[in-house]
Amino acid sequence: MELDPDDVFRDDDEESDNEFYQEHEATKEYVVYLVDASPKMFSTTCPAEDQTDETHFHIAVSCIAQSLKTQIINRLYDEVAICFFNTRKKKNLQDLNAVFVFNVAEREQLDRPTARFIKEFDHIEESFEKEIGSQYGIVSGSRENSLYNALWVAQGLLRKGSSKTADKRILLFTNEDDPFGSIKGAAKNDMTRTTMQRAKDAQDLGISIELLPLSPPDEEFKVSHFYADMIGLEGDDLALFMPSAGQKLEDMKDQLRKRMFSKRIVKRISFIIANGLSIELNTYALIRPTVPGAITWLDSVTNHPLKTERSFICADTGALMQEPAKRFQPYKGENIKFSVQELSEIKRVSTGHLRLHGFKPLSYLKDYHNLRPSTFVFPSDKEVVGSTCTFIALHRSMLRLKRFAVAFYGNPSNPRLVALVAQDEIVRAGGQVEPPGMHMIYLPYSDDIRPVEELHSDTDAVPRASDDEVKKAAALMKRIDLKDFSVCQFANPSLQRHYAVLQALALEEDDMPEIKDETVPDEEGMARPGVVKAIEEFKLSVYGDNYDEEGDVKVSEASRKRKAATENAAKECANYDWADLADKGKLKEMTVQELKLYLMAHNLSTTGRKETLISRILTHMGK
Amino acid sequence: MKNEPALSSFTLTFAINYGDVTITASVTASVTSFISFSTQSVYSLMARTREALLLLLDVSPSMHSVLPDVEKLCSRLIQKKLIYGKNHEVGVILFGTEETENELTKEVGGYEHVKVLQDIKVVDGHLVQSLKHLPQGTCAGDFLDAIVVGVDMLIKKYGETYKGKKHLCLITDALCPLKDPDVGTKEDQVSTIARQMVAFGLRMKNIVVRASLSGEPHMRVIIENDNLLNIFSKKSSAKTLFVDSTTSLRGARKTRDISPVTIFRGDLELSEKMKIKVWVYKKTGEEKFPTLKKYSDKAPSTDKFATHEVKVDYEYKSVEDPSKVVPPEQRIKGYRYGPQVVPISSAEWEAVKFKPEKSVKLLGFTDASNILRHYYMKDVNLFIAEPGNSRATVAVSALARAMKEMNKVAIVRCVWRQGQQSVVVGVLTPNVSEKINIPDSFYFNVLPFAEDVREFQFPSFSKFPVSWQPNEQQQEAADNLVKMLDLAPSGKGEILQPELTPNPALERFYHHLELKSEHQDAAPPPLDDSLKKITEPDPTLLAESQSAIDAFCGQFVIKENPKLKKSTRRFLREKPSGSDEPNGDGSVSDAQAVNSMESKPVVTVDKIGDLTPIQDFEAMMSRRDCPDWVDKAIEDMKNKIFGLLENSNEGINYPKAVELLVALRKGCILEQEPKQFNDVLEKVCKICRKRNFSTFFDFLMSKKLSLISKSEAVDSDITDDEAGSFIVKSQPKHED
Repeated sequence: MELDPDDVFRDDDEESDNEFYQEHEATKEYVVYLVDASPKMFSTTCPAEDQTDETHFHIAVSCIAQSLKTQIINRLYDEVAICFFNTRKKKNLQDLNAVFVFNVAEREQLDRPTARFIKEFDHIEESFEKEIGSQYGIVSGSRENSLYNALWVAQGLLRKGSSKTADKRILLFTNEDDPFGSIKGAAKNDMTRTTMQRAKDAQDLGISIELLPLSPPDEEFKVSHFYADMIGLEGDDLALFMPSAGQKLEDMKDQLRKRMFSKRIVKRISFIIANGLSIELNTYALIRPTVPGAITWLDSVTNHPLKTERSFICADTGALMQEPAKRFQPYKGENIKFSVQELSEIKRVSTGHLRLHGFKPLSYLKDYHNLRPSTFVFPSDKEVVGSTCTFIALHRSMLRLKRFAVAFYGNPSNPRLVALVAQDEIVRAGGQVEPPGMHMIYLPYSDDIRPVEELHSDTDAVPRASDDEVKKAAALMKRIDLKDFSVCQFANPSLQRHYAVLQALALEEDDMPEIKDETVPDEEGMARPGVVKAIEEFKLSVYGDNYDEEGDVKVSEASRKRKAATENAAKECANYDWADLADKGKLKEMTVQELKLYLMAHNLSTTGRKETLISRILTHMGK
Repeated sequence: MKNEPALSSFTLTFAINYGDVTITASVTASVTSFISFSTQSVYSLMARTREALLLLLDVSPSMHSVLPDVEKLCSRLIQKKLIYGKNHEVGVILFGTEETENELTKEVGGYEHVKVLQDIKVVDGHLVQSLKHLPQGTCAGDFLDAIVVGVDMLIKKYGETYKGKKHLCLITDALCPLKDPDVGTKEDQVSTIARQMVAFGLRMKNIVVRASLSGEPHMRVIIENDNLLNIFSKKSSAKTLFVDSTTSLRGARKTRDISPVTIFRGDLELSEKMKIKVWVYKKTGEEKFPTLKKYSDKAPSTDKFATHEVKVDYEYKSVEDPSKVVPPEQRIKGYRYGPQVVPISSAEWEAVKFKPEKSVKLLGFTDASNILRHYYMKDVNLFIAEPGNSRATVAVSALARAMKEMNKVAIVRCVWRQGQQSVVVGVLTPNVSEKINIPDSFYFNVLPFAEDVREFQFPSFSKFPVSWQPNEQQQEAADNLVKMLDLAPSGKGEILQPELTPNPALERFYHHLELKSEHQDAAPPPLDDSLKKITEPDPTLLAESQSAIDAFCGQFVIKENPKLKKSTRRFLREKPSGSDEPNGDGSVSDAQAVNSMESKPVVTVDKIGDLTPIQDFEAMMSRRDCPDWVDKAIEDMKNKIFGLLENSNEGINYPKAVELLVALRKGCILEQEPKQFNDVLEKVCKICRKRNFSTFFDFLMSKKLSLISKSEAVDSDITDDEAGSFIVKSQPKHED
């Protein structure tokens, strides 16, 4: 329902194909955040950046808050519930002990997040002790099993919807690797068994349970104690699961955040290598511009939503008609008609696969060989066994030989030549920074590349920087060096602003929040004496000491004439008493050219009809 | 004999025809300035829409094999002009033809085998027709003669005053030796022509096709001709492009010229104090299909003036009451925030929205390795120093060269125009020019914001099972393939260079358009061979590296996953409509987004067998496809236990029966069905008491088997104490 012509965020020329940019809307997700609220979550802390300690509970809650905010922007139709366990009070449909489902008014327990939900959850820690309370739910001597109850409640929450149309997930945050550690003997086995069965039940219903373990700085969260069985980790996976103990808090947060997203495959494609040998690849959209959601038109009187109805009217007869099945292009004095089928047929120049052409050195991929965001590809053995092995071999060879693959991607809506660039895995302390795989870069065709460099070239040699000037520039670069720059370290200020305003209005707050624009230059850093000096030296070397902003420009014929005209107009203009003419209403009697003298002398626009010119003059005079 | 008068008269003609044409206007000062001002803008407007192009096509015998592609390239050029540049003017000159037909030969003689196929005039449909079948020439083609004829035509027609663009486009293989001039050398001759071209603002593009060097290539001729073309490039704004395949030929001339417009003119601010004047252009932009109009067939076929257009009307109706139409001005925009829709008027937005100032500011420099290639988000821009501003040119040049030397890039924050509501953060990479007449510049690519990146985690390759890791031979085969299947072989041209590759889908559209103009019902044409080399690998190239391909295919075993049932496959087998390739390989798939659900266990248990009764029972209890399974499992289990007890000779089945009871108990607790179990246990005890199976009770005791109490299952009406004393109570009283 996007019929708004003046969508503020879209660039003038950007008519993105919907399929390409909105592919992630395919499925929705139901998530239950299951947060351990035992006293241990409050007593265990991690040192944060600013020297204060943060509790595990705080980390979990802030990760969820963060994710809710992203979700309300990005994934409109996903539904969430937040459920604490090991609580003093209980609140859940089954009325089980030690489980508390957090919610706000006018919202179902599993529902899309609302502004109020996010806002109140932001303040959950302040009211937690009073409203919900923390208490161990599994103690020896009692048969209570809060983890079991929590899983049951979560499963109950996820009852809605079919697992075919929605991804159902339980994300479990805890720092207790051995939940039944305090129980001894048969009771322990029993509790373990029943809890496992509960988890299995949920999994059989198509619900995936994911563990987000929090571990104290010097202790390792041992998945093998209990959780490995529950979430089905074996062998290598087990070792992989906890990348490193004792990592920094920031890294842990980072990891949690990454794990909270589920991967969505955009498409499965087969990559035809040669001789009929083809492997299976999944494509993922790792980078896509986030834009504010579509607008909905409302009736300004009632604030009720409006639906837009399109009607097609024949321009010749005025008759109302169905949506026409044909399009036409005037050509050679005729209207050439195309049916919609014919048009899509034309675009299908190849099967929807990726067909390898060959390989080129990476230096052949120029910085201007780009049109749209890249797509990530990762192999899969799900349908074609042997795909991963083949892919890994090619991936390694391409990295080692510094080559990229050229392939034709016969996407039916926009078939293109693509470059497949192998990316090695990059792992930093906080885990994976760049996943291993290949990035598909959409290449331009000859008509998409414009020779703009040559636009202003003539036969004369153009000035070039001397070695000394280059040296000064290099010195400058060393001074203003962004050492740890990482792509995407900035939040989009206009998007942040957009949602902050929306949130404030949705909650009917009066104060408009101030959003920090992270993209402005670092004034302080730029003012450091070393930097200032380096800039001064560079400026002196390229501009010389008698630099004058405009002085150097070879003034073009046109602008010289324009300047002369303005000066002349200013002179001529002085011959009239404009205020007097205006007061007496005599401007009407003057010629357009006379009027323009005034406008030119005052640097105003000279376009438009005579009335427009007069009113512009009057406005300028303040009359 | 013929060339000497030609060249002199050539220059002479200029003098006569276009000598000193200057327009002088003597009006009063105040008015002059105004007139000159407005005419300026009118001219620049006209210049944008006016364009003249002269095609110089070599049709000599050595060109015959590529003529079909030349025809297609030229037709496409004209077709696009018919759609996008209706008042552009085009002329066509052939050379290497049998016949001679041009004005210069009439005026001064010479210039043989140069035929003017069409004088310069506004494009029309006939031109497409005549370009479709170029006559095959029989003589050697002298491209210099053709250029002279072309330049003469353009100058005679337009002189100096024409403000539009004047282009020459030469397509030749430059294999034929040029005739020697009577006076001076060929080099002098070329220089003279080049000077004329500069004087009259003519631009030339030379496309030299060297696809098939058939027969003995005359190296001497080739070197001489290439050298002459080179002089053109140096002395005028001519550009020469060598292409070595018909595919590249088809992409060698842009078929649509878009007048470049700056998206920003202003300062690149390194700091408050240091600014560089720059202009920003688009470097790449996707050429889309023409926007087709909707067709209405309502007008009677007799109506000659019918437009057949369709007007689309929008009406806004209340969702609740569809009969209520709301006028457009009564609408207000609602923005979604979760499930809420927040109404905000434009005036309100105006007050609170993000309003950055127009500017381009440097944030800093960083190592090029910090910016991975796949982060580039959009089409690319070019930053050049303000034309004519030599200091800005030097400043850009210094930065670009230093960046290249030190492997650095610049991060900049851009707001292209005032009133734009968003900022763009991007990266400047150096574009150091190798030609002395082209200034250094930067490429600009947009980088993603934090919100634009989805940080999915993928498994490390090293963590995959060993069977998925390529072994040494496989790795070697892959290395070999990557080396051998080379699209940029040294010493030869690059294959499928983006700059020289036409868009096959668009090519096909225009081809179809032309076919349809002849026959309304024409079907979409198949891709021709030159275009097919874009969508499919080139068979000749494959043949060259056949051994590497065979070795590679031999090393890797690829098969369809046998565990997947056919019905779960979502393979859509489809054939490209433009290809007649046999769709042999079976693994072609084009699955739409597939929900990645784990496949369910295949084996389902529906009764308790004798072999593994406990496992069967557990499996049945945990089945969730229907709630009846729990009851059925308990019922089956009950029967099994009673059966064992009934048929137990001297207690041989007791241990097994107790095991089953234990399993049943657990299952009933899990499923919260205490009554079911308690009933069974009591019944079992009753049977035992009756039959006096006292050893059975010992087993029960040893397993501590008792009733399910309230603390284990809420629904139970047995207290913990009752449960504890159950066995004792149930034991057969020996005194009985």
